[in-house]
Amino acid sequence: MNTQKYHIVVGLEVHVQLLTRTKLFCGCGTVFGAAPNSQTCPVCLGLPGSLPVMNRRAFELGLRAALALNCSIARFTKWDRKNYYYPDLPKNYQISQYDLPLGSEGWLEINTSQGIKRIGIIRCHLEEDAGKMLHDERGTGRDSLVDLNRTGTPLLEIVSKPELSSPEEARLYLEEMRLLMRELGVSDCEMQEGSLRCDANVNIRIPQAEGGGVLATPIVEIKNLNSFRFLEQAVRYEAQRQYEQWQKDPGYLLGKVSKATAGWDEASGRTVFQRRKEEAADYRYFPDPDLIPVIVDDAWLERIRGELGELPSAMRKRLGTQYGLSEYDVGVLMSLGRQTVAYFEETARVCQDAKAAVNWITNQVQATLKDRGGDLAELPLSAQRLGELIAKQKELGLNKQTAQAVYDKMLHEDLEVAAAIEALQIRVVTDTNAVVELVRAAIAANPKAVADYKKGKTAAANVLKGAVMRQTKGSVRADVVEAVLKEELERG
Amino acid sequence: MSGQTLTLDEVRWIAHLARLELSEAELEMMTRQLGAIVEYVAQLQTLDTEGVEPLAHALPVSNVFRDDVPGEPLPVDQAVAAAPDRRVTPRGERFFAVPAVLE
Repeated sequence: MNTQKYHIVVGLEVHVQLLTRTKLFCGCGTVFGAAPNSQTCPVCLGLPGSLPVMNRRAFELGLRAALALNCSIARFTKWDRKNYYYPDLPKNYQISQYDLPLGSEGWLEINTSQGIKRIGIIRCHLEEDAGKMLHDERGTGRDSLVDLNRTGTPLLEIVSKPELSSPEEARLYLEEMRLLMRELGVSDCEMQEGSLRCDANVNIRIPQAEGGGVLATPIVEIKNLNSFRFLEQAVRYEAQRQYEQWQKDPGYLLGKVSKATAGWDEASGRTVFQRRKEEAADYRYFPDPDLIPVIVDDAWLERIRGELGELPSAMRKRLGTQYGLSEYDVGVLMSLGRQTVAYFEETARVCQDAKAAVNWITNQVQATLKDRGGDLAELPLSAQRLGELIAKQKELGLNKQTAQAVYDKMLHEDLEVAAAIEALQIRVVTDTNAVVELVRAAIAANPKAVADYKKGKTAAANVLKGAVMRQTKGSVRADVVEAVLKEELERG
Repeated sequence: MSGQTLTLDEVRWIAHLARLELSEAELEMMTRQLGAIVEYVAQLQTLDTEGVEPLAHALPVSNVFRDDVPGEPLPVDQAVAAAPDRRVTPRGERFFAVPAVLE
């Protein structure tokens, strides 16, 4: 029996800002944080007589994303005007794609706790962003200020089917989308800078007692969720809120109450409903006569497909099977990006120990990058060298501290592993006779520990082991020392 | 010309979408004039368009692009010069100023 009181239904509308140098229809820059209104021209200001010209790079990034989302690609697309008046939209219309979106009917796979789930994509299309408004928060009725730098920045809007069935799934979908867009070089997806934005359409389905079917609440669109945590919190809160409202008012149902728009108030942890300015959206779309259609032929599409590289979902599966890594390790590696995965693969090839390679890369290498800043490409320690270090560590049985010292030496002095070991004067004692000598010396020097050991305190052996390791600066294999020590103590 | 193609309320709504404030007399005039235009254009609906491809653009041209290469933006003072109102902040930032928009 299903004991859940209700089932959550979520569809996400995601906007990603494309990684172009210039805007969608003019040559103005797209850099975040420029002085207000310093990145504008007659085209993006909507001045009379100016004409938009499509940015090829933006179109191709859109194609790349649509292909990676398994969409059908429209071989013929055009541009439409979405008309509305708001001060952040100087032309009084937004150039978008209405009935012929770039891509449609695709999907994105997410990795849920119950396994892989495929989430349908209804459509993805290109459009231009609006400007930024600064309102006087004190409510003094002073003028609002407008910065049009962002106006005309290329966006890709990706609309999912309402197939996400929990707050966690919604978050996983957005995380996977960010990973995909970053890996493809489509967007940097910096949420703080607004280059990844998300609206969530939420309602719930309430199963009724026998024969009663299923009731559904009206859809609420939660706008501008700018973090993964807020998305998850907002969906969870809103679903429960709808359930409680339906309990109070049985007429709160889809089809009876119209769709509403809300924002997420992070301070109070509630959805806040926005005043309805207009009853129905009436955008009066029509084809933009200033822009001509785009026809995508096979050759072009194949070239873009060739640029895709391995997609994250395929890479995730391959890393698991090819290297036998845990799902956790794969997740950590993937979250560090494609460059790190490549570095890992080279390291693992050289040292033939994937697990050790992951540990080194996610610990020492990440710590180094954090210290130094910059990325892997600027790291003086190549994957080849790291692989050799890991192989040497295994071969010689170097302990963690010693291996770390070798790593630091290699990194700071740009050395091969052999040279670093040499420079650190690490003598690796492989001769068991030499170890026996060292152990005997330690036994002679620590009569108290020996006495304790003989009284049955086996932990006292660690004192002796420590003495040997210290004396040799860790250049002896700990397991060899342990074995010899045990033998000598038992004998004596 | 036959009867009303557009209602007064439809025109009121269209005026609202275009942010036009019309008096009742203007509304009536617009309803008549707009209605005449709609009727004129509606003649097209009598044509048989069976088998005719929809036309997205009057020009037989497609795929005109520009490269993703930055051009020269307008100087900020020029960018805001034509606006009905502007504001310079104490930090020297220049904005367009519009009547307060309440969220």
